[in-house]
Amino acid sequence: MSGMDMRGHIMIPEGAIYTVADVEFMQGMIAHHAQAIHMSRMAEERRANARVLRLAVKIDQSQVAEIRIMQDWLRGYGQVAPDTSSWRTMTMPGMLTPEQLKTLDGASGVAFDRAFLNLMIQHHEGALQMVNDLFAAPRAGQEVDVGVFANDVVVVQTAEIGLMRQMLAQLPGN
Amino acid sequence: MRNTRSLLALVAFSVVPSLLAAQTYPSGSDPRSGLKSGRLDGGEVAKNMRLVSFSQKPAQFDSARGLTFINSDLAFGGNYVYQGNFAGFTIWDISNPVTPKIVSVVSCITSQGDPSVIGNLLFISAEGGGNRNDCAKGGVQDPKDHMAGVRIYDVSDPKAPRLVKNVQTCKGSHTHTIVPHPKDKGIVYIYISGSGAARPDSEVAGCKSGTDPADESNSLYRLDVIKVPLANPEKAEVVTGARIFTGLDAAPRAASRPARGGGGGRGGAPGAPAVPAPAPTGPRNCHDVTAYPAMKLLAGACGSYGLLVDISNPEKPKRIAEKADTNFSLWHTAVFSNDGSKVVFSDEWGGGTSPMCQANSMMEMGGNTILSIDPKSKAYTQHAYYKIPSVQTAQENCVSHNGGLIPVPGRDVLVQGWYQGGVSVMEFTDPDHPTELAYFDRGSIDPLPGADIPVAAAAGGGGGRGARGTIGGSWGAYWWNGLIYSSELDRGFDILEMLPSDKLSANELAAAKLVRMTDYNPQSQPHLTWPAAFPVIRSYLDQLVRDNGMATARTSAVDQALTAAEQQTGRARRDALNALAKQVDRDVAGAKDAARVKAMASEIRRLAAASR
Repeated sequence: MSGMDMRGHIMIPEGAIYTVADVEFMQGMIAHHAQAIHMSRMAEERRANARVLRLAVKIDQSQVAEIRIMQDWLRGYGQVAPDTSSWRTMTMPGMLTPEQLKTLDGASGVAFDRAFLNLMIQHHEGALQMVNDLFAAPRAGQEVDVGVFANDVVVVQTAEIGLMRQMLAQLPGN
Repeated sequence: MRNTRSLLALVAFSVVPSLLAAQTYPSGSDPRSGLKSGRLDGGEVAKNMRLVSFSQKPAQFDSARGLTFINSDLAFGGNYVYQGNFAGFTIWDISNPVTPKIVSVVSCITSQGDPSVIGNLLFISAEGGGNRNDCAKGGVQDPKDHMAGVRIYDVSDPKAPRLVKNVQTCKGSHTHTIVPHPKDKGIVYIYISGSGAARPDSEVAGCKSGTDPADESNSLYRLDVIKVPLANPEKAEVVTGARIFTGLDAAPRAASRPARGGGGGRGGAPGAPAVPAPAPTGPRNCHDVTAYPAMKLLAGACGSYGLLVDISNPEKPKRIAEKADTNFSLWHTAVFSNDGSKVVFSDEWGGGTSPMCQANSMMEMGGNTILSIDPKSKAYTQHAYYKIPSVQTAQENCVSHNGGLIPVPGRDVLVQGWYQGGVSVMEFTDPDHPTELAYFDRGSIDPLPGADIPVAAAAGGGGGRGARGTIGGSWGAYWWNGLIYSSELDRGFDILEMLPSDKLSANELAAAKLVRMTDYNPQSQPHLTWPAAFPVIRSYLDQLVRDNGMATARTSAVDQALTAAEQQTGRARRDALNALAKQVDRDVAGAKDAARVKAMASEIRRLAAASR
């Protein structure tokens, strides 16, 4: 049996190469990505500065594709695959609180750029935390797709954090 | 759709005005756009090349479940092609490229299975968390069974490869690169690139994941090196780690950020408890490194940087230049030009599993960029970006991936795989204006949205055949002794032949086919040399005609003189060629492309010397 039992517990078939931690990671990362996409589209709507805008478009295009990969993976194993609205109901490390979202929503100009970068760094650091937690769980990350995807998250988001720190340092007023 | 793309291009210009956009992208009217989908019955289109043969994956690997059974990279030795797979490898006999034959299939769970071959030894990269010492499936139950590093096989009997040794490394091996010993032919070094964190000390003694790049005991921020005595491969061992990333933290903190331990930090009020200093965000590993032993250089594609490393002493590699580009998502792999003056770096945006060649996909990401190397300072200068000019669908994972040079004299030509974007041949002789010379592509493996999915396939879930989300296409495409070999992740193995065109003449292809090698590991780049031959001279002549590099009257005269010399033999041919070379010397001064005319004169002399 795979999927969820009546109490909402994740069920894994006997002999499966993946674990509950893998399923929770993929489900949680969909919500995590979905919020990053929501934030990125705020930047696209607000005409953030050119570099911030480019980064936002990149995050948007990258993470939309990654959500599809995670959904395909979950469905392939008969597990529940959250959709892109899941960020409104699930809370994962680094995700913005309603107050932080409100702050971002209310900002404009350089203040928006700064808030966006600070909050996206927080968001990305949360994703790195999620990967650390995944690999710390017994027998997790061995299924090839999960392992490859989790490593990609680390490489790409670590580089993006570096880029965002640079951008922050170069904002007017710094 | 076009408008969206143009807007992004404009934004790009405002950020990096010094870089040239060499092409206008992308074109929905490209013949590659809109091909019929299908795994084995999809549409196919080729330009300036043709499919010689397609061979399906061996049955052992012919199962789609995400990445578990995908093919990976290729290595070449004699009549054999070694094709890696996340669950083992296949040895193909390509004596007859029209009908390649499977010599053996080895089942051994080993993501990602990148192969290299030296003589009788086959090296396979192992990185995944589920790889075991005993090769079996089922995952690692006891961490002591985990195999991450390089597997060494004896393939002296290609029908029965024998596992000689599993060399464990601290970060596993995503890819690896053979570097020969400068003097001792009995020794090779293997440079290990791993993308993951370090393994715990309990799994491999001495391994440590840390955040301090200066910590000598930290397994991260270093390139691991294995030394292999070829006659005693069981004695292969990790000998050193090179700290080629030191000082590469590309993330200066904001000036307003309080000093370490000074309180505050992100969201913190003054006086709040100190937050730990953020981890460095520079690269801690390379994804892939390409050695060019003849030049004693190594190009490292290392996350947010492209590096240039001196490997005069292979046990002590030293970084000599680096380039970061925020338009690049993940510096993935590198290929040198044959003269060592340029490097093509690819960007694996989306990790290879995402469709990054769609109409609105960002143009500077997920493609190639070309760097030149300053002859004196060795500093890198960045030139143009290049991405295949076709619109691919959301069903096709697509990004620039592995490839190698096609040995065309006088030009820099690269063939590479673009996953489901197909196989593409790019010229980068002029690093500011790369162009596409040829391609081969198939439609998406999965049906496009709206296409009917059979109920049985849908019920089987995303993991089985017929479901959506299949990752496929060309992992890598390489020129090997006259033909192009491409490893298709999901479908199998393709062999292609370049066809003459206005962009690449029959003489240039004939010259390329004169270059014969006994083995070839693309990440250990061979120096290409051509025998003295008429097609080599005529390659330069064709290039001078194509680009008006020399007056038409003179190119016609040289053509006639070459034809006449070709009909002669021995001493008469030698004298005719020497006389021609003298005439061509006099053309150099007035020619638009003097360097090429000079190169042609030198080739004529070389052939004269060989004619007796």
